[in-house]
This record gives sequence, C-alpha cells and structure tokens, in this order.
Amino acid sequence: MLIDFFLHLKSAKLPVSTKEFLTLLEALQKHVAGHSIDEFYFLSRACLVKDETNYDRFDQAFGQYFKGVEKIPGLEGEIPEEWLRFMTQKHLTPEEKAKLQALGWDKLMEEFKKRMQEQKKRHAGGSKWIGTGGSSPFGAHGYHPEGIRIGPESAGNRTAVKVWENREYRNLDDTVELGTRNIKVALRRLRRFAREGSAEELDLDGTISSTARNAGWLDILMRPERHNKVKVLLFLDIGGSMDDHIKLCEELFSAAKTEFKHLEYFYFHNCVYDHVWRDNRRRHSERFPLWDVMHKYGNDYKLILVGDATMSPYEILQPGGSVEYMNEETGAAWLRRLLDAYPHAAWLNPEPERLWPYRHSISIIGNIMGNRMFPLTLEGLERAMRLLSK
Amino acid sequence: MRFEGSSDYVTTPDLMLAVNAAITLQRPLLIKGEPGTGKTMLAETVAEALHVPLLQWHIKSTTKAQQGLYEYDAVSRLRDSQLGDGRVRDIANYIVKGVLWQAFEAEAPTVILIDEIDKADIEFPNDLLRELDRMEFYVYETRELVKARHRPIVFITSNNEKELPDAFLRRCFFHYIKFPDKETMQSIVDVHFPNLKKGLLREALEVFFELRDIPGLKKKPSTSELLDWLKLLMAEDIPPEALRAKDNKAAIPPLHGALLKNEQDVHLFERLVFMAKHNR
Repeated sequence: MLIDFFLHLKSAKLPVSTKEFLTLLEALQKHVAGHSIDEFYFLSRACLVKDETNYDRFDQAFGQYFKGVEKIPGLEGEIPEEWLRFMTQKHLTPEEKAKLQALGWDKLMEEFKKRMQEQKKRHAGGSKWIGTGGSSPFGAHGYHPEGIRIGPESAGNRTAVKVWENREYRNLDDTVELGTRNIKVALRRLRRFAREGSAEELDLDGTISSTARNAGWLDILMRPERHNKVKVLLFLDIGGSMDDHIKLCEELFSAAKTEFKHLEYFYFHNCVYDHVWRDNRRRHSERFPLWDVMHKYGNDYKLILVGDATMSPYEILQPGGSVEYMNEETGAAWLRRLLDAYPHAAWLNPEPERLWPYRHSISIIGNIMGNRMFPLTLEGLERAMRLLSK
Repeated sequence: MRFEGSSDYVTTPDLMLAVNAAITLQRPLLIKGEPGTGKTMLAETVAEALHVPLLQWHIKSTTKAQQGLYEYDAVSRLRDSQLGDGRVRDIANYIVKGVLWQAFEAEAPTVILIDEIDKADIEFPNDLLRELDRMEFYVYETRELVKARHRPIVFITSNNEKELPDAFLRRCFFHYIKFPDKETMQSIVDVHFPNLKKGLLREALEVFFELRDIPGLKKKPSTSELLDWLKLLMAEDIPPEALRAKDNKAAIPPLHGALLKNEQDVHLFERLVFMAKHNR
C-alpha cells in the first residue's frame, strides 16, 4: 500500500526512511486522518518530512504523484451539484443555455453519471477527464474547453490541492545552513576540556577522599567547571579560484564559529604574506601584519589554513610573486614562520585529492606543510582534527 | 483522546492533524517556526484542552539529557551522613526525579513540553532517543527500570539554531508553523482582543504586513509582537486614522518600538521612511 508513493518521494530526493513510512501506515490504520486528500497530505507531510526546507520538494512530489487523483471516479459525489450548475451558467453561451434547458438538469446529470462510468473504464487509475468534443452535452456544458480544473474549486475553501500547488514553502528551500551538523561533529574532535576560572562545581571525588582523611568530618572541595578550551586560528583563502568552493567554506566557517569559543579568523589570498585581513570589504584599509598576529596569539592556538593552494609557483617561491602587490619576502618564508609559531597546524584543501599531483603549487605547499594537507571532506576533516588534537 | 482546537488559540487544520497524529500514535511532535508563532503556547493549549497536566522542561545550553530523567543529589546525602540521618542508608532518597520520570510514573496521561531543544548541546537529542522511543530508562543507582505507565504526549520546540540528528527526527512527527496569512492573523487577533475596533485592526494589520515586507530587517516582527503592539495601541487609545495617514505615506507608525526590537532595524526603517519623504 502506497509503496509507489514512498518510492516516488524517495526518487524526488526527499530523505524519507522506512520507519517514517511505517509510521504513516500506522497512522492511516488508526484513522488519524479522514478520507479527504487534504488530510492525507497533512498527515503524510507530518510523518515523512522533518525539515521545512523540504516542504517545497514534498509539495511538488506530492502534486506530481497525486495529479488527477482528486478526480478519481468514485469521488464524483464530492462535486456539489450547485457548483456544476454554477459553472455551466458561467461558461455557457446563450444558445447552449437554451439547449441545456431543453435537455433538463436531471437529464444532464444522468448523462454525466453515464459519462463517469465510461471514464472509469477507460482511464482506470484516475487521469483527468476534462471535457472534450463540443457536441456532447457534457463537453459543451460542463467543462470549459481550455480545461477548467474542477477538483480544487469544488471543495470551496482551502483544499490541500491548493496548499501544495501554491508551493508556499518555496523560499524556505536552501535558506538554512545545510550539512553543517556533520562538520560540527567532525570539529568536535578538537575539543580540549580543561578546568579554569572560579571554583563553582563540587569535586565529589576530592571531597570524599578529603573527608576520609579528615576522619569523617565533611570537607567539601570545589573546582572550576569544565570548558572546551581549544583555541583555533583559522586562515581562509578568499577570492579567485576559491570562488568555486564558497559554499563549502561557508559551511566550514559557520560550523567552526559555533563550535569553538576561542576562534580567530583571518583572510588571505592564494598564499600568506606579511599581512592578512579580517573584513573583505576593507581588505586594503584594515590589515593585520602577520607578525602582530603571531605575537598576539600564543602557540597553544591550533592553526588551520583553508585554501586550494592553486596558484603559480612564483607566488610561493619568488619575492614579489604575489598577484596583488610587491611582497618583499616569499610566501614560503611567511608560511614557514607561521608553522614555526604554531606547531599544531593543518591545511584543508577543497580541491579533490586526486587532482593534487597535477598541481605543482599544491605539492610545494604540501611539502612546506610537512604533508599536513587534507582534503576538505568529512573524512579529510576528521583526519586533520585527529592530527591537530594529538 | 483527540484535540479539537481551543477557543483562545487558533489552530490551522494541518497543525490540528499533526497534533492528533502525535496523540494517537503516541510519538513526539517536533514544532518549528519563526520565533513568536506560538510554539510553546501549543503545548499549554493542548494540555488545557485535554485536561491533562503539563510538565515543562526548558532547555538551556548547559542542560544535560540526564537531568530530564533524574539526578543523584550526592551533596545532600553527604551532609545527611554527617548528621547521622537515617535516610542516608537508602540511596533512593537522594534520587531527584526529572520531568520525564514524573511523566512516566503519572497515574494519568500527561503532556510534556521540551522547549527549545536546539539550545542544548548538539548531542542532546541523541541522548534521549531510547527514552522518547521506548518511553523507559534505567536508573543505575537503584537498579530499577522506569517504564511509562501511560505514554505521555511530547511536544518539542526548536528555533533552528542547531540541526537535529536524523535518528531523532525519524522518531518524531514534524510540523512547521508558518507565519499566519492575513485571514489567520485576523482570527488570532480576534481571539486575543475580542472588542478591538474593526477599523483599527484593519489598519494595524496593513501596517504590520507592510513592515514585514521591508527587505533586510534583521528580525521581522512576529505574531506576539503584533499582539503587544495592538495592546499598546488600545491602551493609548490611538485612532485608526493615525495609522492610516494615507496622504502622508511616509509617516512612522506610532509605538513602532513594539514591533521592531533591533536598533539596526529601527535605523533602517527610519532611513527608508526618510527616503520615502524625500522622494515625494
């Protein structure tokens, strides 16, 4: 039952699982929803979709699958007679109206039912039966040649057909950060818990042993609470060839920002030289000399560089090689200085690992980094974090 | 048990169905939506409508999953041992029951509200998987298994600050309270201010939805802010004409501080108004 529907959702790339599908069937069995398709729509959405960003995709898939279902023969009782009367009045020419009068309403309805029977035979499965052939009483009277959709209109107020066809949730799609959870979990490996600050927490083990030593008289010991005290210095390559990886870097950055309390970040272009910056709009006016950065943040910071390391080798090895300005010392010298200042360092590269051997600059930087370059994938991130936490 | 809506909370049909699905199948219902759309109110309303007690568990960034089950109050026990209190022999005297335990052992069904689950640590939902799925947990100190007599109706709210794990989501029903359209908003306001002047309401709603359409607002005003603002308008007895001021399109609506809570938004808004004046 409904397995095709489930598979249809799956093929529409909705993250539905068997468990959720079984929940839906259970809910149907217990008559949570009535027999109308609106209620089925609401119920299946509550069961199967767990993120409002997927609502729009669900609406589309649902619409595709149930296209025409609202007109399955057998449901014809739901089309109110008044409505048919109204519609015919609205769309008939005076001549046709006269003809209709001649035929009589009851006769018309009879014809209608007969036609429905035929439809059932011909279109089992419930495709739409929009009236055709202007000569038959039905085609002429009941349905506009341009194809009026009677299902949605007939129920009067908000029906589900309208709800999903409106696609109200369209703009919810893609507005929320996606996939950062996995990155956060990977970044967790870097956690370093330490006790610092004022003593606010009861040290139970300490209290017990101290009380025992005190011959049973209570001696309560307090200690500071545990905090994640890892400190991270993040350098991000920005602009140029990095534009292809913006989404990935944004995800990494937003995950890192929420995950680490002590996070300092700076931007550079292609390779680090004697200064970095914090705000891309003011990159030329507000610069931070790299020396200052290295002096300000101690060597307990963990250094993470993010960049594709794809550039001309001159930009690394030659004084004045920078594409942006005249640098007195080579990028390699600055990079080595950074590595000396921060023993825990890693380079994350968004380029696929298999392409690395073909890029000269990547292998140069990889050498300088002492092979501490990792691809910016979940797996690579995990490897990098494991190395940094050693 | 079936939730049929309530006289002081406007329930849309899809929300009603989601609530009833959660009640019938006894699974948690996860509610998301913009701040101020009545996520927390829902649990209170359902509890009241069904005449069952409501147990609330408000989550903070320091909340641990264990605290919802029980906590072992070692400090009291240590102190009692010093004073020679007889209770000290039984560890069960020092187990403090959490919200879930209270609900599990209740004689009648209860409603549990786990409010703002996204505030907690990222692993928090995973630590509650079994508890919410099987509705049971094990107390290691006293070696007993606490099992729900009646599976409580669980409402979980989230503000989307953190993503929730898939395994957790799979066990819940989900509903996103979307921002009410004009009609729904009208009925919400009717419920809260039954004797509001019709003219005032129409003008106020117009101003409100126009304000929400301003691009670039950091925090769009929500339902609860609209209600506060209406309350103020009524208290100050501001006539509908003051809101309209159609001839002067650039007027700043009175008491707009109730709608815009962010300094930058107020600045942006005033600047736009100023520009509109200028261009005329």
